[in-house]
Parts: sequence; C-alpha cells; structure tokens
Amino acid sequence: MKLSKAQYDEIAQFLGHMQPTRQSLRKLKEKFPSQSQSTLLSIFSQEYQKQIKRTHAKHHTAEAIETYYQRYLNGVMKNAAAPVLLDLANEVDFAPSLMARIVLERFLQEKEQAIPSKTLISSMLRDPSQIPDEVLANQVYQCTVNDCCYGPLVDCIKHAIGHEHEVLLREMLLEKNLSFIAEDQLRAKGYDKTPDFILEVPVAVEGHIIHWIESKASFGDESSHQAHLQDQFWSYWNRFGPGLVIYWYGFIEELDCHRERGILLKDCFPTDIVTLRHSVAQR
Amino acid sequence: MYAMLSVLVKKKLCPLRTSSVVLGSLSLLQKDFVPFLLNFLREQTSQILTNGPSTPAKTPSSKAHGSQRTGSERRTGHRSFQKPSLGSFLTATPEALPVRRGRRRGSSSAGASGRQVARDLGCSLAEEEDGKSDSGSWSGGRRKWSEAPLASARSPPSQLNLNNLEEFPPMGAASGWTNKPSRRINPTPVSAERPLSKPKTCFTSTPVSRAPAARWSAGTSLQEEREMLKKERYSLSRGVILNSLVSWFHHLVTCANPAKVSCKKQLECLAQLYSSCIAENLVPNIFLELFFVLQLLTSKVYKWQNVLLSHVSFFSLDVSGGQHFESVHNCVYFAVRVLDYQYEIISHLEKGTLKLLAENERIASFSPTLHKRLRQAYESSTAKVSLLLPCSVQSVSFQPETDNRSNFPSDRAFHIFKKQRDIFYELLREWEDNHEKTGWDFERVLGNKIRAMMAHLSATCNHSRFARLFQKQLIQMCKGPVGGGASWGDTPDQDVLNMLGSDNLSRLKRLQERFVVPQSIRGPCPPPSFPGCQQFFRDFILSAGSYQFNQHLVDSLCLKILELDGLTLVEHEHSDGETDMEEQDEKKRFTMALLSLRLLAKFLGFIVFLPYRTAEQPTRDLQDSALALRNQTLPVLDILKLLRQSIRDQRSILTIPWIVEYLSFVDHIAPFLDYYRKVFGLLLLMVLSEDKEMSFLNKLLILAVLGELRKLLASFVAGSGGKNGGFIRKITPTAAESLASKASVTQQKLQVDLEQAFFHNQPPSLRRTVEFVAERVGSNCVKHIKATLVAELVQRAEAMLQDKVKEEDVNHDKLLEEVCTHLYEEGAQALIKGREFCEKKGPEAVRVLLPEETSAAVLSSAESIAVELATEKACGWLSANIAALIKREVKATFNRMLKVPGFPLPGEDALELRRDCPPGCQHCAPFPSQMINEIKVHSIHFLYVLCVAVGPREEDEVVDYTWLECLLGRLSQTLRCRKFMCPTAEQQLAKCTVELASLLVSDRVPLSLGIKSPGKSPERLRVKNDPTSGLLKLLFSIWKEDFGTSVPVQLIFSKKNIGYLTEAKQREWDLFLFLLRGLIEHELMRTSEIQSCLHSLEELPWPSDFVKDLKRLSRVFVSEHQIEEPRTNPCELTRQSLATVTSQS
Repeated sequence: MKLSKAQYDEIAQFLGHMQPTRQSLRKLKEKFPSQSQSTLLSIFSQEYQKQIKRTHAKHHTAEAIETYYQRYLNGVMKNAAAPVLLDLANEVDFAPSLMARIVLERFLQEKEQAIPSKTLISSMLRDPSQIPDEVLANQVYQCTVNDCCYGPLVDCIKHAIGHEHEVLLREMLLEKNLSFIAEDQLRAKGYDKTPDFILEVPVAVEGHIIHWIESKASFGDESSHQAHLQDQFWSYWNRFGPGLVIYWYGFIEELDCHRERGILLKDCFPTDIVTLRHSVAQR
Repeated sequence: MYAMLSVLVKKKLCPLRTSSVVLGSLSLLQKDFVPFLLNFLREQTSQILTNGPSTPAKTPSSKAHGSQRTGSERRTGHRSFQKPSLGSFLTATPEALPVRRGRRRGSSSAGASGRQVARDLGCSLAEEEDGKSDSGSWSGGRRKWSEAPLASARSPPSQLNLNNLEEFPPMGAASGWTNKPSRRINPTPVSAERPLSKPKTCFTSTPVSRAPAARWSAGTSLQEEREMLKKERYSLSRGVILNSLVSWFHHLVTCANPAKVSCKKQLECLAQLYSSCIAENLVPNIFLELFFVLQLLTSKVYKWQNVLLSHVSFFSLDVSGGQHFESVHNCVYFAVRVLDYQYEIISHLEKGTLKLLAENERIASFSPTLHKRLRQAYESSTAKVSLLLPCSVQSVSFQPETDNRSNFPSDRAFHIFKKQRDIFYELLREWEDNHEKTGWDFERVLGNKIRAMMAHLSATCNHSRFARLFQKQLIQMCKGPVGGGASWGDTPDQDVLNMLGSDNLSRLKRLQERFVVPQSIRGPCPPPSFPGCQQFFRDFILSAGSYQFNQHLVDSLCLKILELDGLTLVEHEHSDGETDMEEQDEKKRFTMALLSLRLLAKFLGFIVFLPYRTAEQPTRDLQDSALALRNQTLPVLDILKLLRQSIRDQRSILTIPWIVEYLSFVDHIAPFLDYYRKVFGLLLLMVLSEDKEMSFLNKLLILAVLGELRKLLASFVAGSGGKNGGFIRKITPTAAESLASKASVTQQKLQVDLEQAFFHNQPPSLRRTVEFVAERVGSNCVKHIKATLVAELVQRAEAMLQDKVKEEDVNHDKLLEEVCTHLYEEGAQALIKGREFCEKKGPEAVRVLLPEETSAAVLSSAESIAVELATEKACGWLSANIAALIKREVKATFNRMLKVPGFPLPGEDALELRRDCPPGCQHCAPFPSQMINEIKVHSIHFLYVLCVAVGPREEDEVVDYTWLECLLGRLSQTLRCRKFMCPTAEQQLAKCTVELASLLVSDRVPLSLGIKSPGKSPERLRVKNDPTSGLLKLLFSIWKEDFGTSVPVQLIFSKKNIGYLTEAKQREWDLFLFLLRGLIEHELMRTSEIQSCLHSLEELPWPSDFVKDLKRLSRVFVSEHQIEEPRTNPCELTRQSLATVTSQS
C-alpha cells in the first residue's frame, strides 16, 4: 500500500510517543481504518524504533547504567519473582530487551572484572539459561519475551517474515516463467553483494529494465529506505544495474524517485512485465 | 611578392592544374609566397570579418597599427613560449617514411609536385636563413616563422615551416594548466575593434612577415592588456543592451548576392591558388584554413557599413589596383569557390555538419552545383557521430569469475573492496548530482573521501583491482564521442535539431562554431580537455594523489590500450559478397576501439606527464639538467614502437589518433627527450608524406594532430575506413599451432601454411567465425569442466572432509591438503573430457554459423580447425590450472562448511534435516513467523502468571487449554510444511516450545478448559484432571515427529528453567517426572544424559528443601530406569510412583 508523504506524516504524528502495546495498536487501527493492519503495524514498529534510537544515548550514560543496575539489584532483593527489569524498562520508556542488555552487561562486568564481548551478551540474550545467575536469567527472559520491537525473538520473527515473503516472491517468479538466480546460489558463487533474486534475463517493469528484485517485508519509510539504498540497493545497482524493490507493507510514494536512475519501487508483484520477446500479459 | 601575386592574378596564369607546378618552379619565391598569400587573404578580409560572427579573427596588420596588437595576438605570441611544435622535430628523426609510389594516384606531374614543393621550400628557407640561425633546430618554438630553426643541407628534405607555433600550434596551446601565463594577469582575449562580439581565444595564424622583435614586447603589453581588460569589462556591462541591439541589427544585414560579386576572375584565381596550396599540403594547418573559409562564408556586413566600405579604404595594401574582398558578396563567392575545390575533404565531414553545409543558403545561391554535391554527400554519408548508441549509464558488472572471494588473498581484502566499490559509485553519483551546482567543489566535497578510500586500498593491496574497475567505468561512461553518455548533456544531434528553424545567419554561425569547436568554445586549436564525465575521473585522480593508484591505473590503461590497438582490422571489399551490414558492424567496432583508445591514451598521458608538469617554461639550464635526468628512464608505454608497427602494418589510422591524444599531455621537457624526439619526428614525416593517398589522409590526420574535430575523425573513419585499403591491416592468422601435436616442426609448419592457404581463398567471415567459435567453445569448455568434473570432485571432497573433520584434533590445513592431493590425479581427466567437449560442441557451432551453402569439405575443415583451436585453448588452460582450481574450490567449500551455523562440531550428532513437505501438502499451514509470535504471546501470559504469582491480570489473558491445544496442532502443521520454513525460525520455534514445556511443568498456569464441557469421556476427564500432561504429550510428538532440526530439550535442565520449580509441590514434581519419562520414551534424550543433568543440578546452590526434592526425583528416575525400563503405558502420568518413593525415603 503506497502512502503519500502527508498520509504517512499524519500516522507518524498520531503515534507520537506511544508505547507499542496492543492497546495503542487498537487505537491506531480505529483512527486509520483504511490502512492495512500490517502496514500500520510496520509503521508503528519503525516509529518506535526511531524513538528508541533518539533516546538511546540517554540510557547509556555511565550514570544511567549505574542507576538501572542498582534499581535492579534492589528490586530483586525485595522480590526476585517480580518483573523488576520489565517494569523498570516500561517506567523509563525504554525497550525491555535493551534494558536487559544494559543490566546484563553491567552484571557480567562486575562478575568477570572485564568488559564482556558483544557476542557473549547476544548469545546470553538469545539463550538466557547461559546466564550464570538464574534470577537475572529469568528477568532477562521476561524482557525479551515481552519486547515487541527488539530482542532475539522479534529478530527471529522479522527474519521469518522476510523469508516467507521471499518464498512467495519466488513462487510468483516461477509462475511467470522468469528465470532467476537466488541469493543462496549467488552466495555460493562468491558474490559480495546479493539481492534476493537476480534475473537471468532482464525484464522491463512499467517500462524500466530491471536486473534484480529485492523483497522487503516492511514499510518503506524515509529513514529505512535511505539505509537500504545505502547498504543494499545502490550496491546492487553498482554491480548488476537497475532493479526492483518490493516493499510488501507499502512505502512512501515520494521515495520512488530513482526510477530513471534504476531503482524501482513497488508494493506488490508487478503486473506490467515485458520480457525480451513478448509481454507476459499477452500469454 | 605583391607583384608576383598581382601578375598571377591579373594574367590568370594559374589554373588549378598548373598552379602547383608554377609554385614548384618558382621555388625560390615559394617560401615567401605561401605565407604571403595567407596573410594577404586575411588582411584583405579583415574588415569584413571584424563585423562577422564572433569567432577569432586576425586583425589587420599594417605598419600603421604597429604596436596596437590585439589581445589574441599577444596571447598567441605568449603561447609560443610554451611548447615546442611538431616542426621542432624536423631534424630529430632518423625515421624515413615508407614511400609508396605504387599507390599514387592522379597525374604524375601534379602528384609529384607535392613533396617536391615542400622540399624546395624547406631548402630555400634553409639557404636563406642559414646565417642567422644560432641555436640549431631546438629552438623550443620561440622563434617566429621568419627565423625558423634551420635544417642543414643534409637533413631530410621534407621540411616545411612547421616549427612555427602560430602556424602549427601545439596541442594544448591554450590549456589552463600547461600554459599558465607567466604574468599576473590572465591574458584576456580582447579585441578593441570588435565591440559587438565577445572574442573567444586566439586565432593562431598571424602574419608571417612581421619581425619577431616588433611582435613581442612584454614591457608595453602588460599595460596594454590592462587597458584591454578595462575595455572588456566595460563592454560586458554593455552586453545586455548590445544584445537587444544585435537582434535589431539582424534586419539590416546585407544579403550575399552572387549578382553583386565584383572582380570574379581575380577571385577565382585567388581561390585556385589558395586551394592548390591546401591541396598540396603547403598550408601549415589545413584546419585553420577551413576555419577561415567558413568565416568568410558566414561573414556579416550591415547595410550601413557598406556605405563606409565603399568610401573609405581600410587597406594599406593595394594589390592589382582593387579590393577583392570589399563586399560580403565577394567574400562569400571566394569561400564557396574554395569549398568547391576542397569538396573531397569536406564531403567527409560528419553528417550533421554536412547537413548544415547542404542547407546553407549562400552556398545554394552561389554554387548550385556544390549545393547539389553537398546534398548528395549528406544523403550518402554514414559518417554520423551518433553511430554509437548513447550509453545509458551502467555500472561495471560484477563477474564472479574475476570478482568473487577466491580472487582475493584474504576475507578482509574482499570485504574492503566490496565497500570501495560502493563508495566509488557513491562518489560518482554525488558528483553527477551536484557538480554543476554553483559553489560545488570536487576537492572540497570529495577529496577526503577519496583519500580515505586510497588509504584503505593501500592497507589491503587492492589498488590494481580498483584501478581496473576505475578504467572499466571510465570506458563505460566516456566512450561516447562527446565524452559522456546521453544523460550527461545534450547529444550533438539535439544541437543540430535546435538550430533548425532559426535564421540563416545564426545557423551558420552555429555551424561555424560547431565546425571549429564542437563541444565548447576553446578556439580552433583547443587544449586537451576532459569533457563531460571525464572530468570526474580526472579530478578523482588529482584528488586521490596516490602513487600506488596511479601506477596501477597506468598498468591497467597500458594493457587495455595494447589490447585495443591490436584489434584485427578487416578489410571489406565490396566485391567479395560481404554484406553492408557486416561492414557496418566492422566500422562500429573500429569506431568503438578508436574512441576508447583515445580516451584511455588521454588519461594515460595525463597521468604519465602529471609529475612533470610545470606552470612555467623552464629555463634553458633547468631544461638541460632535466633532459640529462629523464633521458635515462624508459617510457611506460613504448609508443614509438607501436607507431612504427602501425606504419609498417598500415594501420596508423587507428594508432596515430590515440598517440596524439597521449602526446597532447607532454610537459615542457618531454618533447626534447631523445625518445619523444623520435616520436615527433616520425609523426612529422607522416604529415609530410608525399604519397597522394597518404597526403589526403594526412590532411585529416592533421586535424587529429591538432586535437580538435574528434567527431570528424570518428566520422571519417566510419565513413571511409573501408575504402582506404592501404591503411587497413591484412589480418595475420592466429589459427596456427596445435596443442599436443607430435608432428615435427616442419610438419607443423606445413600444417600452418595449409591452414593459411585454406583461409586465404575463403571469405573473411569464415575465419572470423572459426576464431570466434574456437574462442567461445574453448572458454565454455573450461566452464563446463568446472561445473561438472570439478564440482563432482569437490562434492566428494566435501564428504571426505565432513567425515574427517569430526575427528578430534584435526589440523584443517593439513586435512585440506590431503584431500586435495587425493583428487589431483582424477583432475587429469579434465583434459580428456575437455577434448571431448570441444569435439562435440565446436562442429555444432560452426555448422550453425556458417552459411547453409558452405561446401561439405570447407565445412569439415573449418570444423576441425575450430575444434583444434578450442581444444588447445581449453586444455592449455586446464592442464596449467586444474590442480589450483580444485584446491581453490575445495577450500572455499570447506570454509563454507565450517561456517554454517548448524554444522555439527566434532563429537556432536545432528538430526538429519527433513527437506520435503508431506505428500499432497497444500502449503497452507500458518507461517512460521506467525507461530513464533503466538507462542511468544502465550509465553508472556505464562510469565505474568509466574512472576506475579496471582491470577492473570486481565480477564482475556486467561490461558485457554483448547486454544493452546489448537496452537500446538497448528504448530505441527507449520513444521510439516517445509516451504516457508527457514533454519533460524525452526530453531527459535524449537527453543520456544522447550520453554513452553518448562512453563507448563511449573504448573502455575490455570488452564481454562473453555467451552468444551468436560466429563464427557473418561479420557476427557483425565485431561480435565491434568490438562498439562495432554499438552506435554502433544509437545513430545511435535518434537519427535515434526521438527526438522534438533530440539534443545536439555534446556529444561537449565538453572533458569529448573528455577521455575523451586516452590514446586508434589504435583509439579510428578509432572516433571512425566516430562522426563516422555523424553526417554520419545528418544529425545538418553537416560544417562538426563541422569548427568540431574546430577549436576544437585551440585548447584539451591535452597536445602529443593535439593532434597531434586535428589528424591533423581532417585526415582534412576530406580525406574536402572531396573527395567517400564515400557507399558509409559506416558501415563504415574503420580503414584513418585509418591511411593517419597514415602519410602
């Protein structure tokens, strides 16, 4: 679903500093009944992430970390079963998983007398049973399970959604008889940057020749699109020429401004495809 | 001299056919005559031209004007200090151009005269000036025509006065950097006499009669120049008003009328004289003359000026008693006559220019014949510059064979280069978007980014790779004639279109400007420049300032230049039945190569001479010491050798243009180096060649030498390349040696000769087809071997490695080496298979590509040659590289194998992955992402319950048994359908379900049984009593049957999950025991594993009561499984057993 910049801004403004709860989502749906749920959910999640990014530094000052850690220690001393970390995160408007990370890092630092590696922390967040303190393990687990924007569970869900859409796209390509090389094959061949699909024979979509297709199971807002352009789309262009990006959950119309240069945006599988010999539509 | 001209003109002594003979016979006069004629024409026309279009023109030169020299003249004079001219190399060359008398055309008397004239001219000059010369021939171009460096009597006879910079301006004469004026003020080309026009740059043809001392006087000129500057500022400020006046003046412009031409006969005679000077190569620069003629053709005179002209004599010269060029009618008449005589040359101009000439109303009215011929020339011309399709800007494509990880020494180098590539294009895009904006500065915006990039390249030794990318991108973007793709500016054709419809004069003016300076207004002999996106590449090199990068770029450029310069040129003769299309393709290919070569050579020259470039002409002392130093080093690319080769092979038409492009960047010193002296000398000989055909080509080559009309050159090539057989190399056969031939050398030689003979009488397309097929089949053969034999070997290696890597303490490198050695022997099969492949594919391809009518014998010979060549190519490569290839591939596979997250590490067994959906699967199960999400939501409920220890917070957050049961049912479906599953999702699901089991066992979750009323069946009743056990059973089944990945059930025994049981009552312990039994029963864990887990749990610091409970549980479990595994009804919840044990303890 394509949104104009104005429409998108209205939604973003409405979201303001809302916490990503089910209640908030319900309100959002009521306010914007014409938008699809997945689009709203995706925007909600992205807006929340932006908000978290903005306040990220504030929660990572030495003072803040120390405060959180002390509050955690005091809290679990009173009642180890209470969701101390989760409540703390909600209270200070911070993502529970990130709060768990801060406290876990601080905890390990004290225990090991050294700064723990990032991989170790991530691994413990993924599997809290590795945390040497079962109270903290519990607290961390509560945080990661309750977080709907960050944390290993959410990451995994996002990954799964992305994969599912890739599979759907593959189906459509097969159905249209468009031969392609998929990402895993490209990787096996040693490509340094790999779009989801490279078309073996380029096609024209809405009059623009494309060589590759990238599937994005998210909403294309300005910041995420910019990041994707930088990390992925231009890199693909640099290697394979022009291509198509499908934002399954929609995007801001105005971002589709690189068509002439070779980055095409769509919110669904295109219908206007012309192949080398004849139009698909004619078949 | 005047007298002579006067005689010639008056007595009409010089019909075109004999004029050169006359000139030749008057050799003593000749050296003065030609310059005199040229000056005469310019002076005669100067009044007309001052009012003409705003193109550089010579101002009247008379003694009366002595010191009032124009800015353009001064600038010209100044420039003469800058660079040596081609003429400087007259005596430097030991080379002799091959004289190809056999090919000479035309009447012998006229044809022979050309060189003779030049020779005589040179000799006479030498004789006359001998005494004055004090510095030999190496004057560095400081001298004027009249005191040209003298050739000794023994020097090569072909010496024209080419060492005069005004007549033969060096490339880059007006260049910003090579020719920075030595004085503070940039010489601004101002002409006081031309207030209506905005003069561009110098006109380089100055009167030759003036004494050098009078022409240059730095002391006064500075002052003058300031005055000029003031005037120009003033005139600029008036520009707006003037522009509006100009449009009004257009109405007053006199129409050129053939009926009003006076002194026709004299003009005709002058035109003949002048034309034969051009035809015989007597003019120093044909380009300037054409320029001049077009100026005359397009000259403008306003009606009110006619009055003045008729009353006032502006001329100090009064030849033959009248003014031949006093009216625009006369000027146009003269111009049209000359163009008529030079038809042969102008008919080869680029199509767009021809069109303008053909549409020129003045030509049409003055010479309907010429007009007709021009039209014909236009219609038949294929010399369109836009022969090449405008390239849409494309990146250099990534090719795994050359660009993937295996081509890099390390992961780091690979990843850094990945980033470099992206940064490079990012810079390019930024430049593209912004460089035309005011205030945007390349160095300021991109400089640091580029240098950071260079630092990274140095750190990983990636320079050569980047240089290659840079060079490829350069060709990709700049190979067009204008220096950039369509997206970077107007195409030339658009310019032409825009011109149509405007009035005649302005169209002509545009034509003239286009003729002179196709891309931008830089004077008739502009410096080498970097138009369009070439600018980006130049600025990039400058900002990078990296020695390493430059060196690698030079390597890359040289390689590509050599490759393109070696292009096989195929001669097309219309008689041999080749189609036009084929010829067109050939021309296209040639044009491409030529344009690319010139581009690459330009950049090569730029980089090579970059370190030596100076703003100032060095002093003689500095020059001598620099020469002594630099004569010791060899040039990076042996252009002298290439030039000689090209002359020998008669393909200089391809080589000279790029060499000239390269040389256009020489610094002040380089031309005096021994090496470059030879190069310039050889070039000069080319220019002075007596060969008629050569001479004609040289006229056009001179255009190239002078660095302009790139389009004209390309179009000339495309338009006439095929007809000038002498310059097209006869291809040398490459179908020569055979690979593993055991035959003796003589036998081989015979075979080669036979093969040559075979091709000799066949159409050239046959050879091309065979060579092409051989090349492709050979290459495909290698690819095929890689994809089949090598891939098989790698697969086997993978299996071997997988077995061995599990062994403890394996040295990976050693293991790899072992496995590879094992495979090398089998790699030898590649040669056999390769030959088989070529033998199969080669003939197929040849058959398809050759004409249907090819005779069987010819076909079979062609096939076998193709096969032999292909085999040679493929097997040659394979035998040299197969071992390395196998090793590389095996290594890459092995590395991938080690990196795969699920790869079983030594001692760990992995569950075999399930790959397919069950038969008849409709793929309509819920998506994995959805299932993870649902379980996550459930876990939230459980956790709330768990930590708050009271009931659920909200009514809707009661956990419904039916719902949970249904969830597990759908989870089972999701896991069975493999289509949308990915490893991470599956592993996460496995982990989540284990967590769920732990939470269920803690049994603080009040499961509501929902709408299903309990008690309908005994089973239901049991479930009602213990819904949890029912869910656990479902989980066992899912873990066992549905997961394709191993389920981390051992997490149940983690400290965290066991912690859920700390306040467990009897019932929870029973559930836990039930869980343990289930694990055993479903072979999800072994008894011993559970025992050891329980044992280690007991060691942990738990509350003492909890430890007691744990130990008790452990005992029960052990007793159950040590005695005999009770197989009967194992899944029944045996509440009793634990209770019994408990009571017994």
